[in-house]
This record gives sequence, C-alpha cells and structure tokens, in this order.
Amino acid sequence: MQNTVMLDPTAELKPTERQVLPRLDTLSGATVGLLDISKPRGKEFLDEIEQHLISLGANVKRYMKPTFARVAPQELNQKISVECDAVIEGLAD
Amino acid sequence: MNQSNTKKFVVVVKRDCPTCELIEPALKQLTDQYKNDLIIYVQDDPSFPESIEQKADDTSLEFSYTHNIEIVPTLICSNGDGEVARTFGWDKSEWQRLTGIDSLGESLTDFKPGCGSKTQDPGMEEQLIARFEKNLLSSRSIELAESEDEMESCFDRGWSDGLPVIPPTAIRVIRMLKQTSRSPDEIIGKIPPNKVSCTVEKVAINAVLAGCKPEYFPVVLASVEAALQDEFCMHGLLCTTYFSSPVMIVNGPITKEIGMNSGINALGQGNRASATIGRALQLLIRNVGGGIPGGIDRATMGNPGKYTFCFAEDESDDGWATLAQDRGFTRLDSIISLFPGEGLQPIVDQKSRTAASLAKSIAKSLQTVVNAKLYGAADAILVVSPEHRRVIRESGWTKENFREALSENLTIPASDLIIGAQGISEGMPEVFKDQVVNKFRDDGLHIASTGAKAGMFSAIISGWVARGEKGGQLVSQKI
Repeated sequence: MQNTVMLDPTAELKPTERQVLPRLDTLSGATVGLLDISKPRGKEFLDEIEQHLISLGANVKRYMKPTFARVAPQELNQKISVECDAVIEGLAD
Repeated sequence: MNQSNTKKFVVVVKRDCPTCELIEPALKQLTDQYKNDLIIYVQDDPSFPESIEQKADDTSLEFSYTHNIEIVPTLICSNGDGEVARTFGWDKSEWQRLTGIDSLGESLTDFKPGCGSKTQDPGMEEQLIARFEKNLLSSRSIELAESEDEMESCFDRGWSDGLPVIPPTAIRVIRMLKQTSRSPDEIIGKIPPNKVSCTVEKVAINAVLAGCKPEYFPVVLASVEAALQDEFCMHGLLCTTYFSSPVMIVNGPITKEIGMNSGINALGQGNRASATIGRALQLLIRNVGGGIPGGIDRATMGNPGKYTFCFAEDESDDGWATLAQDRGFTRLDSIISLFPGEGLQPIVDQKSRTAASLAKSIAKSLQTVVNAKLYGAADAILVVSPEHRRVIRESGWTKENFREALSENLTIPASDLIIGAQGISEGMPEVFKDQVVNKFRDDGLHIASTGAKAGMFSAIISGWVARGEKGGQLVSQKI
C-alpha cells in the first residue's frame, strides 16, 4: 500500500535570524526612546523610567503608538530606529 | 522516405466498453495494415484485445489524460507535425475515411456510441491532476511512514486546534481548489500575526484540515479576505488578552446552496458548513500566521468560539432587513461578515407582546455588555430570534424602528456610571459625570436574526473592547 502523502499547511518558513545589536557600553550620552503603547497608566510608568534614565546620563525621547491593539505604524518604527540608540517599550497596563 | 508524411494512428480502448469489444475485428484490420504506425492504448485490461499482440498499457491513464480522451474508443490520426484528426465511438464511415481503409469493419454496424473514458470516472480527475500536474501545487509534500497514523501525525505536527483534522492529501486539496477560478499560487494577503504571504493553495490546505467540503471554499476564501481588511484588525484580535475572536455571519443565496443552518440550533453544533468554515480561518491563522495559543495568542481565558463561530442568518422575512442589507448589499448578494466577538449572553423575554416592551426589555440586557457601568466600551451583535422578530413585526415596526427604540433606551445620564458610583470602583471616567451617554458608539450595535421558530429568546454576541478605529469592527466581504 502506498504511504499517505500530505501537503504542509504551514507557512514553511524558518524564523528569520536577526542579529541582536551590541549592548550599549554606557547610557551616558545615549539616546533612549520610550514607547508608550497607549495602555492605561503607561505614561506614569514611563515617567518613572525616564527619571531613572536621565539620572544615568541618558537623553530620553518619548513616542506613542496610536492604539495598543494595532501594530506600530512603520513610520514610527523607522523614526525610533533613526533617532535612538535603544528603545524601551511600556508593554502592559 | 519523408517521415512527416507518414500517417500514424492511435486508438484508445477499454475492455469494459461494449463498443470497444465490438470493433475488435476492425482494430485487427488496422493493426495488419499499419503495423508499427498504429498503437492501441488499453485503459483497464492490458490483455485486451486478445486477438492483437501489439498494444500499450495505459492503466496509469497517463496517455489518456495528457491527450484529453473523454470517450472510448477514440481514434487519433496524426502526421509528423502532430494530431490532425480524431473521432470517438464507432462511426464506420468516419473511421474508414480517417484510416483510408474502405473495407474497415465492413461486417460491423454503421454506428454505435462509445463509453466514457476511465479518465472521466467520478473522482478520477483530481487523482490524475495530482499524478500528472506536478507543478500545480507548490506546498511541501510530507510522506508518512507506513507505521504512522495519519490522524495522529497531524496532531504531532501541531496542525490541529485540539480536535481531529482531515489529512490534507493532494487529491483533497485539488478538489478544494477546483471550486475557485483563482490560481493556487495567487497571494491572497499577509496572514497575521507573522505577516506571512499566503497563497490560495495554503487556504485550501487549511480548509481541508478543517473538514470543509469543496463547495464551501469560496466562503472560506471570502472569510480570509474579510479577516485581512484593515478595519477588522485580525493581528490585534489574535494577540489580545481579551476573549474575542472572529464571529462569522453569512447571508445570501450561498447559505442555501451549501446547506448552512439558519433554523433550529443555528448557533450550535451539527451543521458541517457552519462548523468547518469558521474553523478553517482559525486553522489558517494558526498554521500559516503562527497564531498559537500561549505564543502570540495571549488570551486570558479565550472563548469556545475560537474553535469555530459561524452561522447563517434567517432571511425568511422579506420585511426585515438582513445584516448584509444593513451593510449596503442586497438579498441576492452572498456576503460574509466578520465581527470580533464572543458570547453568547441569552436574553429571555416571554411576556412582551409589543415591540416597545421588547425594545425596553432587550435594552436592559444590552446594558450589561462588558460591564453594566461601562458605556461605549464595546460593540455587540444582537441576535433576534424569529419569535421576538414576530412580536416586533406584529407591532408594525421595521428593524430600523426597533434599532431606534433600542438606542433611546440605551441612552442614559452617566452620573451613576462614574468610577466609584454605586460603590463600584469600575466605571466611566469622571469627565462623563454630567453627560448623557449611549451604551454603543455609532454603528456599534448590529442586529442579526436566526434560530428556530419556537423560543422567545434572543442573544447578545458581545464585542472586543478594542473597538472601532482603536481596534477591530464588523467587516463584510462579498463571496
């Protein structure tokens, strides 16, 4: 009897291997982006983080997603990648 | 000798054809005359015709399929440049003319129709396509070992939602693909959450897995296109911690054509079309999009509708607009609408005999969507039962009248809804304190109708709290 042959229902993709950027040696003088995803209380949380980063000598830039339910617009991702050395995303409520 | 002028003949026959058996003497005559310039292909029994030694085995049907043989016997006449003529069945004068043998089959009857070629047997076409159209499908083939259980192997490979799936063999996938004019390699869109380009073929494979009959496939394709509309926000809906997932409502002639249930137990189990169409989209998002529960799917509890949640609307009352009509389509259009939701929340009202009473009664229940103290927080679908619909219609109201009455009853001062009011911390922000608010945003309450003729119960399908432009909303797609 012939063996069953099935067609693969998956995307047949291997996850893209992305190289992690090197860790920053120091925060002093570095520009760190803080991304608020528009969840409640995200602002208060990121305000605290911002104070800590400034005390460590970092420059801070703030960003905001229009809504947490949707992926960030490409323009926003590009803006952050151009303007910052690192980014912290305020993920949950 | 100039080969291109040499006539060559091919005859395709099968034993299980009385006409083929009848013309055996004529075939013998042809063989004697043309010898190596004649080939007789036999589709079923390579020993037939016994009186002729020189014949070719076409039990694989490769020659018959690749030469579009529909009837046996078929006589094909060719020269060096290819086929120049063919005839099928037994038409003595035509066979004599094409072969140039005036005495061919002299003793036989003048005319006898042939039989269907084996390539035309039921279910054979897909088998032949799978066998001979090697470039049609591009998905990876996975051959199971002899000892492997095909059902279990689908579970083992992670293709299932937890229930058994139909193993997606090439033949089953081809049957599915035959129901669309779209090419298997056409890209239908990018499936979230991994944003993977998805072909029509991959949709077909997942429709097979889900248990769809081929005739459901156009609805499945439309459901995928609906899910990919930006307004639906499938990505966020899959990722959310909230309960919601796609709820499908199908309208129009297609619901009758494929046997969807809009009567008794319409939202329940037991109807293959409803069950498997809803499931196909979920499996596609799992298998192609990578939306795995506990992975990118972060639902706190989820809901049972994440297996499947699909139903047809009862369109038997011409005076009651269907959901598709509310969305700008006609009753003649076949439409699938997708709503980010979960539920059901039943509404019992066995006492109301007027539309006005029923509107007040149902509005009371609708106030509890998400939380009785949260207004404008989520959309919803109100599913009106035929008996409740009858009460509304007997009051002389249209669906629009009923919707307006609901809206009036769902508009209240917000003072009692504010955070902390009624001793409950949850509630509306203080800024609403002196405002009048509606439970639903504009276009946030949809009304559909389905179910059995008996039962004065309607139901609420509550929506995702990320509603409207901030998240997802009802979308409709022509099938």
